[in-house]
Amino acid sequence: MEHLISPAHSMILGFIPGWLISFLYVVVGVGLFAYIIAKRLAPLVKAAPDNSRFANIPARLKNIAVVWLGQIKQPRYMFAGVLHMMIFFGFLTLALRTCSLVVIGMFPDFALPGLAADQPVGAVYNVLKDYAATIVFFACLVAAIRRGVFKPARYAVPKELGHDHTAEAVFVCCIIMGLMVTESLFEAVLVAAGHDAFLPPLTLAWAFAHLFAGAPHGLLQVLHIVSYYCHDTLFFFFLCFLPMGKHFHVITSLFNVAFMRVQRGNIKPMVYGITAEGLDDLKSFGVKKIEDFTWKHMLDFYTCADCGRCSDQCPANLVGRPLSPRFITIKARDLMFKNYPLRGEMKKSEPLIGSIFTAEEIWSCTTCGACEQECPLGIEYIDKIVDLRRGLVDEGEVPQTLQKPLKALGKRGNPWGKVEKKRADWAKDKEFAAECNVKIVENGDTSDTLYFVDSITSYDDRMINIARCTSKILDTVQEDFCILGKQEKDSGNEVVRFGEEMLFQQLKSENIDAINESGAKKVVTSDPHAYNALKNDYPELELPVEHISEVIVKKVKDGTLKLKSVEDPTKVYTYHDPCYLGRHNGLYEAPRNAMTAIPGLKLVEMEKNRDRALCCSGGGLNLFYEPEENERMAVLRVQMAHDAGANVIVCACPFCMVNMEDAIKVAGLDDQLEAIELTELIEQHMEK
Amino acid sequence: MAQVFAYLVHNDGVLDDSAMELVVAAKAVGDDVTAIVTGSGIDAVADDAAKIFPKVIKIDDAGLAYPNAEVVRKALINVIPAGSVVLFTNNTFAMDCAPGLSIKMDAAYVSDIISLEVDGTTLKTVRQEFGGEVNTHVNVDASNGAVIALRPGTFAADESKSAGGSVEAAAAGDISAKRTFIEIVEPEAGDVDITKADLLVSIGRGIEDEDNIEIAHELAEALGAGAEVSCSRPIVDAKWLEPSRQVGTSGCTVKPKVYMACGISGSFQHLGGIKGGFMIAINKNENAPIFQVADVGIVADILEFLPELTEAVNDL
Amino acid sequence: MEILVCVKRVPDSAENEIEMNAEGNDIERDDLVFSVNEWDNYAVEEAIQIVDNVGGTVTVVTVGDDESDEVLRREMAMGAAKGILLTDDAFEGSDCKGVATILKGCVDKGNYDLIFTGAQADEGAGAVGGMLAAMMDYPYASLVNKIEAGDGKLTIGREIEGGNQEMNEIDLPCVLSIQTGINEPRYVGIRGIRQVSGVEIPELGAADLGLDAAAVGEAGAKVKKVDYFVPESGDGAEMLEGSNDQIIEKLIEILKANGGLQ
Repeated sequence: MEHLISPAHSMILGFIPGWLISFLYVVVGVGLFAYIIAKRLAPLVKAAPDNSRFANIPARLKNIAVVWLGQIKQPRYMFAGVLHMMIFFGFLTLALRTCSLVVIGMFPDFALPGLAADQPVGAVYNVLKDYAATIVFFACLVAAIRRGVFKPARYAVPKELGHDHTAEAVFVCCIIMGLMVTESLFEAVLVAAGHDAFLPPLTLAWAFAHLFAGAPHGLLQVLHIVSYYCHDTLFFFFLCFLPMGKHFHVITSLFNVAFMRVQRGNIKPMVYGITAEGLDDLKSFGVKKIEDFTWKHMLDFYTCADCGRCSDQCPANLVGRPLSPRFITIKARDLMFKNYPLRGEMKKSEPLIGSIFTAEEIWSCTTCGACEQECPLGIEYIDKIVDLRRGLVDEGEVPQTLQKPLKALGKRGNPWGKVEKKRADWAKDKEFAAECNVKIVENGDTSDTLYFVDSITSYDDRMINIARCTSKILDTVQEDFCILGKQEKDSGNEVVRFGEEMLFQQLKSENIDAINESGAKKVVTSDPHAYNALKNDYPELELPVEHISEVIVKKVKDGTLKLKSVEDPTKVYTYHDPCYLGRHNGLYEAPRNAMTAIPGLKLVEMEKNRDRALCCSGGGLNLFYEPEENERMAVLRVQMAHDAGANVIVCACPFCMVNMEDAIKVAGLDDQLEAIELTELIEQHMEK
Repeated sequence: MAQVFAYLVHNDGVLDDSAMELVVAAKAVGDDVTAIVTGSGIDAVADDAAKIFPKVIKIDDAGLAYPNAEVVRKALINVIPAGSVVLFTNNTFAMDCAPGLSIKMDAAYVSDIISLEVDGTTLKTVRQEFGGEVNTHVNVDASNGAVIALRPGTFAADESKSAGGSVEAAAAGDISAKRTFIEIVEPEAGDVDITKADLLVSIGRGIEDEDNIEIAHELAEALGAGAEVSCSRPIVDAKWLEPSRQVGTSGCTVKPKVYMACGISGSFQHLGGIKGGFMIAINKNENAPIFQVADVGIVADILEFLPELTEAVNDL
Repeated sequence: MEILVCVKRVPDSAENEIEMNAEGNDIERDDLVFSVNEWDNYAVEEAIQIVDNVGGTVTVVTVGDDESDEVLRREMAMGAAKGILLTDDAFEGSDCKGVATILKGCVDKGNYDLIFTGAQADEGAGAVGGMLAAMMDYPYASLVNKIEAGDGKLTIGREIEGGNQEMNEIDLPCVLSIQTGINEPRYVGIRGIRQVSGVEIPELGAADLGLDAAAVGEAGAKVKKVDYFVPESGDGAEMLEGSNDQIIEKLIEILKANGGLQ
């Protein structure tokens, strides 16, 4: 049988050489693509610097391997995740084939080195890519039906934020299916026309070959050429279409994951590389216009695939606060597209707050980190929110209810404006002091271990019990420790997150001086917010920082801490992960191990636990600012504990305790559920 | 002591009850006591004042129809001799008028006093500072007269209305002013502003059920126009009351004259929203922390106590 | 519009931490922190907003000592263009009239269309604004919670009893005492204060203001604070006991005495 004429050797419309057409496709397609990318990169050039993204290369390579190539986050949403992985791996496999195919239009016998059909690797590859095309085709078919027909709620777009992106999603699925069909058809008709090649069974190409077996030679020849140029057209169209919307991630994801955050828990500096003195010389603080974002944050905007996972996990969004992390990104991306158009003049930049964002939206975030934990593309939110808040603070636009605690923090080192000398009053109570004598640095005491108590645990009538229990635990395990007393200031974990950088710097430097002067060699804290600040936001503090749960686990293991059998074996316990212990610092197991070290304690898990734990609505200054919301996060949380069959919810954070105790009453679960703090639970069960 | 004058306030042709207290205060300062009423068409008010004060000066002038502080001040200067003591009830009118009057009289001025004694030409007064946490003894040299604004309740009122005093009309004189009254704007109905209320009936979890909210509203209604219902956070969370009624660090900061905490335990966050005022706590738990900060405490179930109180107030 | 805002540095009593000293005649001052009087902060914000709309400058002035510099800088960080510190040993112990007299000296040296004070400060007298206006023969309004600037005059709202607002027209120049809630004062962070830390603040004494030292300070004061004391029922609530009827009777008396029931 006569072989088919390849596209390169064909005469299009009878007189134009096919290779020329193919060549023009490449020139125009690649040129257009390069132009679009250059335009898209323009704002990144004007963006704020961030050299930290080029440090820590091993961690970045690992992220590329695990998050990008390994698609580790995808199965967290099983169905969509598996579909995505099929398409992702299919694309990776087909990338080589696509490159070859473009060249084949000019040089029909071209094959990438080692991938010629008569070579072993090439033979295997040819089988793989046919299956890949088939899998991608069907995955896209299912995805298109899922998006177009079933319309999962996660993708809905509120009316005020414009139209939804279903059409774009389905359209792209169709293009990809078209690519798979034309690619397969191009090859299948060769075989149908008698070309000697192996087509793996049950692939699209195999099916087409069977379909067209015995078809007239002329028809096959036409299909061969037409499928090739359809594929070429679709391919270059697709390439240039990607940077127009949410499918930009196909191109940017590799870079975004490579540059994603590798350190946890910390907040970005005001400007990367700035010194404390340099801060004074800055003309403006924080992000006010789109150009104030760093280039990585802009890359985040480009990279968002609009999958909605962040907002699906966001507690603020869940309770109806005016914040949806997904739209922080989408709105910023659309603004970048608008202000930096592919054709025409760049537009003048307007302040972000009041144009695309509202102040309420920016204050609504609890910085719990659930969104970042979920994002499969390494997009960041907390640093952006904090940068936007820094801009608001710089303009004096701070909600009235927050101004007082901030002022009190500046004057007195705690948000309530309580007198410094009363900071250690919890330790001076006669009854308690008789039982447990706490050393205070201000009295000239020293020791190797410093217990950093932080404001709420020092002053709140209810939470001082955490300080007392922590002290008793440390005392029992014979850990010689002291507290800073009136020299201790608020750790500032919330202050920096509320964008008051200068106040944070002040609190931080006072604390570091006091800690260093105390001569301590290690810091222990019972407050996860203090733990996080000291560990991640105090880079100048060189001492190790431990959470009390880590101490408990260590001391149980080495036998110094002996725990009695659970007091009431009928009770069922559940553990609520504080954001600043769990997500921000990866301490999921220590508190659980501390609990289960109590013989007979029955621990159940809530529906959302560990890195998906639901924020209680935040600590620190959130006690003073609560935006509009339909329900309270902590109420949802205690209902979750109740649904899990628990009758005791164990918190490891004073702020969680405030919120949980309140929520139990609001939810009307008083007689079915109680809240207890981890140190209180351990103290109750200590053999003294 | 020199002559003593008391400026009396009246609304809609009705003399304010504070007159019955001012007469007691005035008599404590000196023997020669005169009330002054200003307005337009105020014969009835002046007659009522004469039941309380031995002497009443009536300044009746169309220009005084509304008590514009600047205009009233000019009228007062025209009738009050130098060296006199002038008493006001401490309210928003006194704040507007009295300080300037003291300058024009070249007399001493002290406002919002809660106790008053006379020692020669010195007036010994007590004032509150820091939201009533501490008091101060303040001595006023009244040798060249004084203007004093008394907090209501400083003296027990004399309700006998048996003075049988005389009314003397006085001319207003030149009362042209650089400040002109336009109108009174009333708050929009339904637009609650608890921060402006004089008395708050504030409810907490002790109210137990949404249906019981009504008893708080009934009490506030009985207590008069300045009373409003407010609440702690759980009540707002339960959507039993609108968020604008919430007192606390995440709600409103209030400074009423009287704060009635009904079934409120007194959490940190809630107390953070109360900045002064006399606090009455009603709670069935005698150990409720609210009793540590309240001025007066009552151990009672609010569901029983409030309706009884409402009834008693209505019977007054 | 040239606006002068009179501000005061006061003890910050946001959290109930006022205690008596060992002698029992004064409050314990060692642990006090000071800040700008809350009402003054609203006054400065209002002045800035007016100037933003109609042009002009905002000047803040205070009567105090060297430490009062702090509150002037804070208000300048908010947006006031100039600060003036009125300080002199002769000013010590001034009563409200004394302070008003000192401020008049400052007003006379300038050319202000509008003068603001806070409706009250730490002592709750609320007198200085009204006194200053009377001394200047300017019209005055207290407890102002709304201002609309017009030509040569202002339309202002006063907060009066029962949540009502008394609307007035007032000629310029005038003195207004500003009530909280008239606006939402902007936040001033440490950064803002640092940025104005180098600005020179003129200090004026009695001689500079042409004041007779005997008319101000302790010498001129007719109103003198003798001492501080803790009111008797300060510690915990006075518990009302007896039958409900008895309690209610007492409670109604208490309500009347405290202005809760008229």
